[in-house]
Amino acid sequence: MELNSRLPTGPIETAWDNTKFEMKLVNPANKRKYSVLVVGSGLAGGAAAATLGELGYNVNCFCFQDSPRRAHSIAAQGGINAAKNYQNDGDSIFRLFYDTVKGGDFRAREANVYRLAQISLEIIDQCAAQGVPFAREYGGALTNRSFGGAQVSRTFYARGQTGQQLLLGAYQALERQVQAGRVAMFPRTEMLDLIVIDGRARGIVTRNLVTGEIDTHLADAVVLATGGYGNVYYLSTNAKGSNVTASWRAHKRGALFANPCFTQIHPTCIPVSGDYQSKLTLMSESLRNDGRIWVPLKKGDTRQPGQIPENERDYYLERRYPSFGNLVPRDVASRNAKHVCDEGRGVGPGGLGVYLDFSDSIHRLGEKVIAERYGNLFDMYQRITGENPYQVPMRIYPAIHYTMGGLWVDYHLMSTIPGLFVLGEANFSDHGANRLGASALMQGLSDGYFVIPFTLGNYIAGAKLEKVDRSHPEIRNAEACVQQTVDKLLNIKGKRTVDSFHRQLGKIVWDYCGMSRNARGLESAAEQIRELREEYWTNVNVPGSGADLNQSLEKATRVADFFELAELMCIDARERNESCGGHFREEYQTEDGEALRNDEQYSYVAAWGYRGYGNPWDLVKEPLEFHYVHPSQRSYK
Amino acid sequence: MRLTLHVWRQQGPRTKGRLVRYQMDNVDHEMSMLECLDVLNEELIGKGDEPIAFEHDCREGICGSCGFMINGVAHGPARATTVCQLTMRNFKDGDSLTIEPWRASAFPLIKDLVVDRRSFDRIVASGGYISVSTGNAPDANAILVPKDIADRAMDAAACIGCGACVAACPNASAALFTGAKISHLGVLPQGQPERHLRALSMVAQANLEGFGGCTNIGECTAVCPKEIPLEVIARMNRDYIAAALSQRDAEVNTIRPFTEWSTGSKLVNDPHATS
Ligand SMILES: Cc1cc2nc3c(=O)[nH]c(=O)nc-3n(C[C@H](O)[C@H](O)[C@H](O)COP(=O)(O)OP(=O)(O)OC[C@H]3O[C@@H](n4cnc5c(N)ncnc54)[C@H](O)[C@@H]3O)c2cc1C
Ligand code: SF4
Ligand code: FES
Repeated sequence: MELNSRLPTGPIETAWDNTKFEMKLVNPANKRKYSVLVVGSGLAGGAAAATLGELGYNVNCFCFQDSPRRAHSIAAQGGINAAKNYQNDGDSIFRLFYDTVKGGDFRAREANVYRLAQISLEIIDQCAAQGVPFAREYGGALTNRSFGGAQVSRTFYARGQTGQQLLLGAYQALERQVQAGRVAMFPRTEMLDLIVIDGRARGIVTRNLVTGEIDTHLADAVVLATGGYGNVYYLSTNAKGSNVTASWRAHKRGALFANPCFTQIHPTCIPVSGDYQSKLTLMSESLRNDGRIWVPLKKGDTRQPGQIPENERDYYLERRYPSFGNLVPRDVASRNAKHVCDEGRGVGPGGLGVYLDFSDSIHRLGEKVIAERYGNLFDMYQRITGENPYQVPMRIYPAIHYTMGGLWVDYHLMSTIPGLFVLGEANFSDHGANRLGASALMQGLSDGYFVIPFTLGNYIAGAKLEKVDRSHPEIRNAEACVQQTVDKLLNIKGKRTVDSFHRQLGKIVWDYCGMSRNARGLESAAEQIRELREEYWTNVNVPGSGADLNQSLEKATRVADFFELAELMCIDARERNESCGGHFREEYQTEDGEALRNDEQYSYVAAWGYRGYGNPWDLVKEPLEFHYVHPSQRSYK
Repeated sequence: MRLTLHVWRQQGPRTKGRLVRYQMDNVDHEMSMLECLDVLNEELIGKGDEPIAFEHDCREGICGSCGFMINGVAHGPARATTVCQLTMRNFKDGDSLTIEPWRASAFPLIKDLVVDRRSFDRIVASGGYISVSTGNAPDANAILVPKDIADRAMDAAACIGCGACVAACPNASAALFTGAKISHLGVLPQGQPERHLRALSMVAQANLEGFGGCTNIGECTAVCPKEIPLEVIARMNRDYIAAALSQRDAEVNTIRPFTEWSTGSKLVNDPHATS
């Protein structure tokens, strides 16, 4: 199979404008004759559904929560990037583009990233007009902070609740279309299969989570914006319901899955406190602007942090990376934390933690300024740990946070199934092997507000879409598949709960396909996952019935898909014999322990095709070319 | 520590519910309230029972999914804390906790501790937005917003839509929730053109949904996990009265309340649907 990424030709600065100009348009009066399914109501899906509704399409939007406002985007704390250069500190579209390509360790497409940087400007305008209460200067202008390893201040934020405020903006725009009758919202409705007819995506099969009804929705195009798959690790910073099911079912219907092993570990999360732990809590990395990270110099030093004198502390990031210091990118910060803990210098219970210390900043700026910047984060930390970070340093440890991999899409955000578009974290497109802070919100909104409205119109205008009959065998077949999976899970009546399997699966993936990986470990992990999956299908216990709200069943279908994805992640990580971004293969590192890329052989996107349960996947490679940012060894020294 | 939980169990909207007693002998102080229920649920499943259904997602106090009454208090005893962030340090050995769902006619019960809050979405749909379609926006710095105004908008916008305010109110009023959105948008310059119609429509929708009136009791703000101040209700009332005077003939936007869940696809104007 050849992948056609439909990349624009010509100078990158005008590529998106030219592409838009060349696109076919749907006559405004005709738009209401077309229907679109948007699965997901986060930043990507919410923005897409609202905008497509405004344009006049008939939109049905789905989410599994009880309200579209609760999509996981709500939890983003830190901020959103845009190359506005309001601070006059040398930012530009090109610089944001450059930083993002480099930050992704040269495993993303230049054209996509350039478009993202361009659109970043419009996003901020749109959100401000919607009433998103971004932080402001006294004079009333928008203010910025530097974030996530950038050397300019380009991050816009709304206290520590940026994701919430951006999502509420999109949600309100969406509800406005609901009120206008252009969007119908289906909360508590989970997509469990994709309907492909004559090679085109034409609908989805859903389960109503309240009544258990299995239903089919048909349309002219399907947009997936179902978020990332970080919960494959069980413990992650994602919301408990985040899952890969929609993407995975689409994958099994023919959509290629790209770079599944590119996952991001976030350096600043609250460490695990016990076996009952159900999720990990992120502490925004904006904290690294004013907090200093350190561990004791000596192994096994159990003194209280305040009792350890300056000269017995190791500010290891400042020491190893003098120019970026505590602000090195996430993958670098995480790996270094793991490294010092592996050396036995970690702090807190179990030795899996490092200090994030604000005492210098409090001394320099005063407690009031620190409270203004991070007050809600400090409160949250105190609520969870019972410790007061104004007085004792926070303890942090890396946790899985974001997934760069996802369904393969072309420049138009269309997957390998015509008519199936994928937006936001669910696609693989813009972050390469590592995502920079404050860029996921940007990408979700760019995809939803500013890309899909054009590319979807172009698709619809160019496709001849016959009316689909509800009795079509493909529909029957997809509905039957969903029903069978549900029945099967309910009837196993084994001895172990879904959570116990999920925890065990998560631990395998974390241990072997987490912060550092090696060939032997990955092969063994794939084997362990297959064995555990066999046990799952014979020994899981899903109580209750399929005819009402059954949260165990919801989890069970999601975990079933995580098992299959987990195996593919290990295969992908094993196949990529290089280190890049968040993918660190122990065999491939520089003398001082930094990631060693292999551009000769691995400068490509690995897109995997499904060939049936238990069969090996097909690997299709999309070569990456760099014309504007020359691949170099990332150096943050 | 040891705890006794009395949890509301109800199979569905039409069946009768009751409190069921569960003894827990080994609760860790560091757990969250929801993790405590996770542990109990694992035990229940092991014994062949159905686990307790409760709503949750982010478990960081921001999505607004979670929430139930603990000993009669919405979200339990800790100030400004949702149940997902409520650690068991707030309780002591031997305590007895009665756990019940939000109770309000505009929040019909679905199962156990899970209720239907779509009425909140409809309040927003009736006018809780600024009508600016994608692409219509001027440069973000073209409209300056003084910092104190932006801060005030943010204070109100912090609402997570959890519904605790309704559950705590003897009148089951949604005034704090509705007032928060009206204040967020109504203090900003961008929100001025629709300010009056917004207040009229949102208040009308809240009434239509069967939420009660506000009699200034203040229980709502006391339990609100985001500490939304009562001032938002005053602002809503002011905008509402001003609007009622100035916009006598204005067409108010409301949406038909509905509680059914069944077969959504038929609700929709889908040109391809055959039946
Ligand atoms: C704690 C945290 C903090 C973060 N902070 C930042 C930050 O400061 N800056 C930044 O840029 N990024 C941040 N991120 C990343 C960013 O928030 C996410 O990548 C982004 O919000 C994802 O948006 P999305 O629209 O793609 O998906 P989501 O917001 O996850 O939405 C997914 C939607 O799909 C629906 N869905 C999923 N599966 C199904 C199904 N099978 N059927 C029906 N519906 C389904 C869900 O109901 C939901 O509506 C953070 C992430 C986390 C976890
Ligand atoms: S006002 Fe407070 S209590 Fe009411 S819904 Fe909003 S956050 Fe919850
Ligand atoms: S689970 Fe999201 S607020 Fe509690």
